[in-house]
Amino acid sequence: MKRAVLLLTAVCAGAAVHAESPGSLLETYRAAAAAQSVAYPGPSARRGDDFFHARGKEWSCASCHTADPRQPGRHAVTGKAIRALAPAANPDRFNSREKTEKWFKRNCNDTLGRECTSEEKADLIAYLLSLGHRSAP
Amino acid sequence: MKTITQIRPADLVAWSVATLFLAVASHRPVVAATTDDRAVLQSECGSCHVAYPAKLLPPAAWSQVLGRLDQHYGVDASLDATSAAAVSRQLHAPRASGAQVTRTTPLPRITRSSWFRDEHDEVRADTWRRPAVKSAANCDACHRDAARGDFEEDNIRIPR
Repeated sequence: MKRAVLLLTAVCAGAAVHAESPGSLLETYRAAAAAQSVAYPGPSARRGDDFFHARGKEWSCASCHTADPRQPGRHAVTGKAIRALAPAANPDRFNSREKTEKWFKRNCNDTLGRECTSEEKADLIAYLLSLGHRSAP
Repeated sequence: MKTITQIRPADLVAWSVATLFLAVASHRPVVAATTDDRAVLQSECGSCHVAYPAKLLPPAAWSQVLGRLDQHYGVDASLDATSAAAVSRQLHAPRASGAQVTRTTPLPRITRSSWFRDEHDEVRADTWRRPAVKSAANCDACHRDAARGDFEEDNIRIPR
């Protein structure tokens, strides 16, 4: 019981800190991209799809997150299980700006050897949000 | 009044742990790792591999690893300063000085430790290559409770 209370407190504290949602983060990156270029056409799920599956230096996003981001993935080096990336399959994704930025920094560096642009981040989230629940096979 | 036979082993363990904790806590009121630090270690290190317990490398080796998180065995594992401090407390790793962190010397590896080789000398090469194992970094493929720091023989299940 005591543990349950502690856990609940931790969850509530976490929820207070991470008030973002995939939609609000998409809007943040869209606004940043629009501020950089007047010609910015807005986020594109199609471009995000291409970006997700395109191989960079050695890996693509799909190398660890699989070709279908609604599926659980596996770390390309260590084999460690990775929970699904698409918010429809895993509601814990894209709920925190800090966490999202941390993983963009690491993973863009690993796949592309550089940071991702706000436009690429917006496209990627638009793509992931365009994926609904996977129908049963 | 309980006689000695009525005291369960679990009680003894709990009291021993509590006594030990109080003894340690009273001596290290500031620098002791906290529950939060453990959670940070689990979430930051444990996303990509088992959050290896501190005991698997000497403190100086952990300092080298933490000093180069942007080049972490082929991937970028950068941490913000707050998380890095928590991980470093949890791994008992002192902040590395410039001399300890060179960009050219190879990072230490748990798997190259002599104790690691001795402990695993009966594991055949093809066992390491099994898809369910994949890498020697994947402790919990065989050590089911590795994430909790438990590497006891009784808890080993080598996947087919």
